[in-house]
Amino acid sequence: MSEWRPPLALIGAWLGLLALLALTVTLAYVPLGASNAVVALAIGTIKAGLVAAIFMELRHRSGLTLVFAGAGLFWLGILLWLGSMDFLTRT
Amino acid sequence: MRSRKMPDGSAFAPQYASIPHRDHTAELGMWVFIATEVLLFGGLILAYFIYRHAFPHGFVEGSRHTEIVIGTVNTAVLLTSSFLVAWAVEIFSPATSRIATWLLMGAACLGLVFLVLKGIEYSKEYDAHLVPGIDFQSAGPLADGVQLFFILYFIATAIHALHVLIGICLLTTLATICRKAPTTRHHTALRSAALYWHFVDMVWIFLFALIYLPGRSSS
Repeated sequence: MSEWRPPLALIGAWLGLLALLALTVTLAYVPLGASNAVVALAIGTIKAGLVAAIFMELRHRSGLTLVFAGAGLFWLGILLWLGSMDFLTRT
Repeated sequence: MRSRKMPDGSAFAPQYASIPHRDHTAELGMWVFIATEVLLFGGLILAYFIYRHAFPHGFVEGSRHTEIVIGTVNTAVLLTSSFLVAWAVEIFSPATSRIATWLLMGAACLGLVFLVLKGIEYSKEYDAHLVPGIDFQSAGPLADGVQLFFILYFIATAIHALHVLIGICLLTTLATICRKAPTTRHHTALRSAALYWHFVDMVWIFLFALIYLPGRSSS
């Protein structure tokens, strides 16, 4: 009768995500200067990684699925990189 | 995770070699769709970065006007909802179809809670005269930056809220369909919907970091 129980990995990811949420809100109130934005985005990236790896089951996937999932990220990188280059290098 | 003993339902379409082939194709197709969504929100995030670069103080000031308590609770609500959906996907089988249905309904209800809280937040912002184009009042040297922040805030959160609404409809539909005699086909449909729901959750993780967190450490 244990077939309805959630796997430990799911519970761990959920609690980890809530802990990271608490951490990121707490750190937002600590004055770190320009690092505040970096910390917020870094924690956001870790949270997104947890969702992708565990909730979206990418850790069980191989090859082709990872390429398809990574393609969005790759294009996003091009969009953000080329899109912001002009603005960041303007004098 | 291979699905447990479950009827395979009707025969698969002729373009597939097997049922796993059909399921894998569905998953890849969903990832292609998610890539288009990444670029939709990516464009908004790029606009946010460019204007934040141009109006750094205005954006921080605008961010301070957002409701961080509602934002934080809403993040926890979406994360929990994603957990329930992942749980339902994991245990999905004829023996557990009742529990899976309840999990999906619970996730859909959390989605509704998210939308209600978002609505309360919007109405507070309306009362505070922070809605550009309808009623925006802000004075001082930072007013332009604050207004740009709120324009991007409303566009990004409204498009995200639309995605949440679509997700709620998907989850409710699947919960209804899967209530009796679930097949592997239903499982595949549920996994596609789950990928979408987790993606919507992921978008919110970044919107939360960009909208609510800046400017909290200085008054």
